[in-house]
Amino acid sequence: MTHYRPGPVILLLAALVAVFLLLPLLAVVPVSFTPARFLSMPTGNWSLRHYATLVSDPRWLDAILLSIRIGVVSSTVSTLLALGFCLGLWMFQPRFAAVLVGFAILPMVVPPVVSAVTLYFLLTSLSNVSGSIGYDSWLGTALAHSVMTMPFAVVLILVSLAQVDRRIDLAARGLGATVWQRAAQIIVPNIRFGILTAWLLSFVLSWEEIGVTLFVTSVNAITLPRLMWMGLRDNIDPAIAALSVVLIALTVLVLAIRAVYRWRTASPEA
Amino acid sequence: MAPLLLFLFFAYAVPFFGVARWSVTLPEPGVGQYQALVLDPLVQSVFLRTFRICLFVTIAAVAAAYLIAFVLVRGTPLQRLAVEFCVLVPFWISVLTRAFGWVALLSNRGLLNSWGQQLGILSEPLALVRNEFGVVVGMTHFLIPFAVFPLASAMRNLDERVLLAAQGLGASRSRIFWSIFVPMTLPGIIGAALIVFVFALGFFVTPAILGGGRSVMVAELVYLRIFQSPDWGLGSAISVTLVVLVGVLMAALWRFIRPRELAG
Repeated sequence: MTHYRPGPVILLLAALVAVFLLLPLLAVVPVSFTPARFLSMPTGNWSLRHYATLVSDPRWLDAILLSIRIGVVSSTVSTLLALGFCLGLWMFQPRFAAVLVGFAILPMVVPPVVSAVTLYFLLTSLSNVSGSIGYDSWLGTALAHSVMTMPFAVVLILVSLAQVDRRIDLAARGLGATVWQRAAQIIVPNIRFGILTAWLLSFVLSWEEIGVTLFVTSVNAITLPRLMWMGLRDNIDPAIAALSVVLIALTVLVLAIRAVYRWRTASPEA
Repeated sequence: MAPLLLFLFFAYAVPFFGVARWSVTLPEPGVGQYQALVLDPLVQSVFLRTFRICLFVTIAAVAAAYLIAFVLVRGTPLQRLAVEFCVLVPFWISVLTRAFGWVALLSNRGLLNSWGQQLGILSEPLALVRNEFGVVVGMTHFLIPFAVFPLASAMRNLDERVLLAAQGLGASRSRIFWSIFVPMTLPGIIGAALIVFVFALGFFVTPAILGGGRSVMVAELVYLRIFQSPDWGLGSAISVTLVVLVGVLMAALWRFIRPRELAG
């Protein structure tokens, strides 16, 4: 179909960029198998001790569990709120809808560090009300994460709503369905895939979140990225390399499954 | 619909005004912090460095992303798959892992330096990290995928017939590339550059790790002012300034995207 294919020069340069993109990820692998307790280069001795650290050291295990807990709570909150927002927008089509969406995706556009200071302000203020939802608590961190992930959930749900046929909603309305029935029985089942994607993306974003987390936690709520950050800043802990390899392997696996799935479902011309 | 707006209003908008209030009330009421921001040589040098780094990063990331997007849009199916993989894998991997990978590669006792010394190319380790070079490399790496997506969409919208016409009239491949392909995707290039620049401005994690506290950028300065030498007023004043700056840039971005949509 395309007649204008990249020539050898562009292919070569693009290959260099591709190598550049993969390089730091590949570099982690040999480091993760070194036997020394500090960051060192492979010398021919291999060991799995850094992987063992991940499952035996309670610090890593606690951080992983905490990250999962915060991720589940924050992505559930942000997906539910985003769902309500988008349904309202779609069903009632209020005036100034663009302004409302603009406001809702603000945390995505504002520089993360400014959001971080803002949420730091919020959580230190909440600390005066109750310590359990304030600064350096897991609920507070989940709250901060849901603010940060909500815009992404809003965008994804809006995109999937845009593909819903308005006539089915009109039909339900004509048959006398109430607003709640239309939302719960007609629209939501049609966008369930979009909702699931929104939840998953929010979870992944919360799982990786570090910028805001650094500002709103100190010693109690240590999420996985926070622990990695401490290990990177002070003396570089090779357990991070092992963890990174695990995370990279997971990512590659998910992307590979997706690629195979799309390859199968795609029409033959692709 | 209402719950989200209320939630965001109380959890985001109100605290932001709180931060803005800090910027004019701490340590004493007035615009002293904004004066300090303009006059303080330290703050000035940090802002200058941030702009310089962002400029380098933008140029490098957009140029690299242009090549990648070109193959992604116009390559053979196999080339496309390979390139997509190379973009998406780093895209989904956490900033920290990527920064760590660069540390493992570039540090004094890292892979590059130890191999270079073993092979006798280097007599002593090169300082590749904990300086501006490391920050630029790490940030470029992080931002390339973000530039690839808008560039690829600009290239997809390009009218195939224009290229066919040029070919039919006997233009060489490089001529087609430089006098047709690049100019026609210029709005995409500008859009991608603005996105990268805006993202780079507020960058925090990569500079903090790869800069090693020596080449501090604006975002890290905010962190330091809030946590290490508590000067909340200055930290908030810088935050407010950043928001205004990004707002102006986003408005510029809007200008460039609108005409493209109308033309497309």
